[in-house]
Amino acid sequence: MIQNPTSRGNCFIETAEIDKILEKHEYKKSALIPILQEIQSKNRWLPCETLKYVSEKLDIPLIDVYSLATFYKSFSLKPRGKHVITACCGTACHVRGGPKVLQEIQNQLNIGVDETTPDKKFTLETVRCLGACALGPLVVIDGKYHGQMNTKKVASILKKYSKKNK
Amino acid sequence: MIELTIDGLPVLVEEGSTILDAARFYGIDIPTLCHNDGLTPYGACRLCVVEIGKGENAKLVSSCTYPAEPGLVVRTNSKRVTEARKVLVELLVAMCPSSKTVQDLASAMEVKKVRFKVEHNDCILCGLCVRMCEEQMMAKAIGFVNRGKDRKITTPFDMKSDVCRTCGGCMYICPACELRCQGPDAETDLCNACLNVQPVCLKEEDNKMCFLGTCGWCYEELGRKKKK
Repeated sequence: MIQNPTSRGNCFIETAEIDKILEKHEYKKSALIPILQEIQSKNRWLPCETLKYVSEKLDIPLIDVYSLATFYKSFSLKPRGKHVITACCGTACHVRGGPKVLQEIQNQLNIGVDETTPDKKFTLETVRCLGACALGPLVVIDGKYHGQMNTKKVASILKKYSKKNK
Repeated sequence: MIELTIDGLPVLVEEGSTILDAARFYGIDIPTLCHNDGLTPYGACRLCVVEIGKGENAKLVSSCTYPAEPGLVVRTNSKRVTEARKVLVELLVAMCPSSKTVQDLASAMEVKKVRFKVEHNDCILCGLCVRMCEEQMMAKAIGFVNRGKDRKITTPFDMKSDVCRTCGGCMYICPACELRCQGPDAETDLCNACLNVQPVCLKEEDNKMCFLGTCGWCYEELGRKKKK
């Protein structure tokens, strides 16, 4: 029996909510990706119990759901913070000082890449290239592009977002 | 029936069969690693490459997944094919030098050196165990996880699977599980013992059956006896 997929940390998604999403997609096996996307947009990450619940409801072997969720980088199986920071590590951003910016963010938040702050506010991720090289070094926070970043700007922008949280 | 040419030999095969099926039916040997008759073709190891087409349009395809077409001209042993296979075997040895299956292939194709950095992995990602689990054992307990250089075969969440019956089918079919003759910590990356072997024990003693296959042990033993 699968229990109510409540989860660790401060993120959780109720079975009723998952059922609603599944119903919207008519329990179609082919709609696995959009279903997981919708769950992730509500829950910010995909807990183990949620994947088990989805696999049971859609009658898809758990390993298929798991290999799909691990294949795509946009799915996260680890708890994510409220704000997702994506630092670009592409060539153009690299030569314009991207690594310095990334290091500064790591120092400010005291976390590494693919980690979340203990207060669950920020998650730091990297990306190979966002295709907006003219804006480099580029940092994206919650989908908003912050171009021409430098180490001095980092602190003020991070402060803005941590204030937003309150 | 489909008519095609393999190595200059006109052959007739049933519809729906692959180039590999056709070649094997007519006794033409194509080496394979990730192919098993009981499982769906997967085309992971690419060892079964053959050359099709003519002149500039000639290309390498994996024969285990390529369907036989009417009028197809197939070469299973051209220079391009053997060279491609040798590089593939070299890469496989570099990935998993402890596997007997891989070492046997290297000896059979006379691969005598490995130009790539040798990594001692215990998996070559051939997908045999995944297909075995799904198609023959009807379990679907294991599968490919992650992608790119992190790709591996495992159970969901790396935990003991609820659907795994510990039947051992995955280990039975695994080509990397069977260790090479000198064991997992051999001194050289390439074994190549079979390359130096004539079946001596069979020549010397008429009634003996070599149950070890061509492992090279009897050859060394004979040399020792002669020295004494």
